[in-house]
This record gives sequence, structure tokens and C-alpha cells, in this order.
Amino acid sequence: MDITLTLNGKKISDQIDPDLTLFDFLRNHNCYSVKCGCETSNCGLCTVFFDDTPVLSCSVLAIRANGHSITTLEGLQDEAGEFVGFIADQGADQCGFCNPGFVMNTIALLRENPDPTDDEIRQFLSGNLCRCSGYEGQLRGIRAFLNSRKNK
Amino acid sequence: MITFQKYVKAETLEEAYTLNQVKNNKIVGGMLWLRLGTPTYNTVIDISGLGLNLIEEDDEQYKIGAMVSLRELETNKSLNDYTDNAIQNALKDVIGVQFRNLATIGGSIWGRFGFSDVLTVFLALDTYVELYKGGIVSLAEFSKMKYDRDILLHIIVKKKPCKCVYDSVRIQRTDFPVLTCAASIIDDEYKIVIGARSGKALLYGDEKGMLSGGITTENAAAFAGELSKCVPTSTNNRGSAAYRSRLVNVLTERNLLKLGGLM
Repeated sequence: MDITLTLNGKKISDQIDPDLTLFDFLRNHNCYSVKCGCETSNCGLCTVFFDDTPVLSCSVLAIRANGHSITTLEGLQDEAGEFVGFIADQGADQCGFCNPGFVMNTIALLRENPDPTDDEIRQFLSGNLCRCSGYEGQLRGIRAFLNSRKNK
Repeated sequence: MITFQKYVKAETLEEAYTLNQVKNNKIVGGMLWLRLGTPTYNTVIDISGLGLNLIEEDDEQYKIGAMVSLRELETNKSLNDYTDNAIQNALKDVIGVQFRNLATIGGSIWGRFGFSDVLTVFLALDTYVELYKGGIVSLAEFSKMKYDRDILLHIIVKKKPCKCVYDSVRIQRTDFPVLTCAASIIDDEYKIVIGARSGKALLYGDEKGMLSGGITTENAAAFAGELSKCVPTSTNNRGSAAYRSRLVNVLTERNLLKLGGLM
């Protein structure tokens, strides 16, 4: 099937099998930040923006993205750049495998709610699993980023 | 993972319905449950282009399109004001935000899944489903119907004076529930719904009039005790039948106390 979509701001076209997932499509187009952790729609590692809405790319058919805009972490370097420094400062990303999905969903949270409480952060990010950190470092990193933003 | 030969984005409901009459074809909603198995279909029918993604509201009802995402329900202020945030409470622990942006109310209600938070909370409201050929039937009736090849178009929630509460027990947040419980009072009629028993949700009323004089700590405890004896429960890897029966008692009593403003 023919598919045309906007990937990280650039229009691309391709021919795909009808049952190809968006996750496989993105990996085929060199978006290696998008990772597969569980393949059961649970872990959040494969989070991308579908028209600015965070979704699990492992659970979306690529053909459903036809005519839409898809953004991966590769397309959000500026928005993510400052924030991930705060995560690193807290030593929150250990193996780092979950980090791209975690960063994508945090960006989605902060776009929707620029000043979240700790409970709102926990609630919004509950679909991003991490088997190293215990989540506290990540929460501290987000809080430090928000405090820094307020103090500017 | 789901495999299929052909994908059709239906342009009309009739086209979707006709395609869906073929045995090895399948309508997909959010596709999150389907993808967990390894089914093989000839044609997958996408109904996302048929205008079923709207929450419409008038003085009498909410009309929710089958392709409305769980996240849209969770964040719809009017619907949550009407249900005292019961819908938000029911959906907030369904995996994560990214999942709920994909999962649709149509897929959840059509599936009539045993673990469904969605079915539980909507059964506690005055809810109907609109089927393409089958017309409008109550959700309670629909939940007992066998799977057929009709198309679920809308979920209709009638606006009546309503108070509704929802609670569930999970081994951990974002996991499937061990038991779900919703309770409501609509036009002076009590509805208690127990789901994840581990079978699909069942609706109960106050047939004996135990709550008819208003909810008190005594009649809430008595009603919950009675209900826990009649709700069928079973064992799976999340909990035993006996544990679930005990949870029926606890969650029903708590929800009734919340309904009565006593908790």
C-alpha cells in the first residue's frame, strides 16, 4: 500500500505491507530512538507523537498514519535537549533504554500541563515503565527542570 | 501480532457493514486487544473515517462515537462533572496515557471484556448502545448479547439526576483489575455493578428495598454482605474466588457510603 506522511517535519512516501506497525515503519526510516520493550502495549518505550498526541507506535498500524504527522525524539531535539540534562544530573537514566519514550511522554505532559504537581507527573507517566531507576530520580529531574524554568 | 492481507478504510457505514459480513474480515477500533493475540484476517476494516470520533451533548444525553478514545472520555469536563469524576476514576489506571489515546470506547464496550473498567462504569449509568442494524438497546442488554457482525456506532448516556462512584482493586497500578465496582443513584434507583469477577461486569439493583430509606452505615454493610453472597466470582492468576467475594463486600460498602456522603 502507498503511504505518505510527515515524519519529523519532512514529507515522506513509501510502499508498505498493510499489517506493518508504525513502530517497524519508523525503525525502517532510521528513527532508532523508538524502541520496543514489551510489544504488549504496556511499557511506553515506543512512544511517538501522532499529530501531537502521544501513542504507542507498536500498537498503531503504519497505514493509519497516512496523511498524518508523526514526531519521534529525533524531531524534538531542541525541546528535549534542556530537559534531559536535568534527568542526567539526577542519575535517573541508568541503562537508558526507556529514556526516549519517557522523554517523549514528559514533553507531552508539559505541553498539556506546564506546571504539574508530583502526583500529576506520576499519573501521566504511569504508562512508562523503567526497570532500573525506581522512578524517583526521574521525578526529581522533572521537578528540578520545572523549578529551573520557574526561576528564569 | 495480528496479520492480514488487506486493509480497507471504510467510506460508508454500509461498506463497513457489508465487508464485515465476510467471516474472515474484522472491524478494528484501537486494535490494542486484537494485537495481543496472533489472529489472521483477510481484510481489516478501519472505521476511523466515519465520523464516529465525537462526543456530542445536548440537554438530554451524551452521544459518544465508538471511535472516541478513552483519554478523550477521561478528560471530557462535562462528562466527568456529570458523573462526579467516576469515568475519570475508572479510566485513569488503564495502562497509561499513550494507551488510552489509542484505546476506543467502542472497542472496550464491543469486547464486553471480563476485566473492563469501561463496561463497569458505563453500566452504572443510564447507558444505551446504538448498533448499525440492531438499533438502540440498553447497555445491560447488550452486555449479555452474543457477538454478531453488526457495528457499534455510539454509546448514549442519558442525562438524569445522577450520582456515581467508582473503585477498583489492582495488584499494582496500571495492571488489570482484580475487581471493579461502580455504584450510582439515578432517579432514586440504585445501580451496583461488579466487574472483573473475573467474568464480565454484572448489574444489580436494590430489589429488596434495603436502601430505600437512604443510605446508612448499617444498611450499606447489610446490602454489601448480601451482594457478596450472590455475585458469582471465580479464580484466576490475579485472585481467588473467595478473595474476590470479600472484595465485593468491601468495595460495595465503600461505594455506597460514598454515594450516601458518609465516607
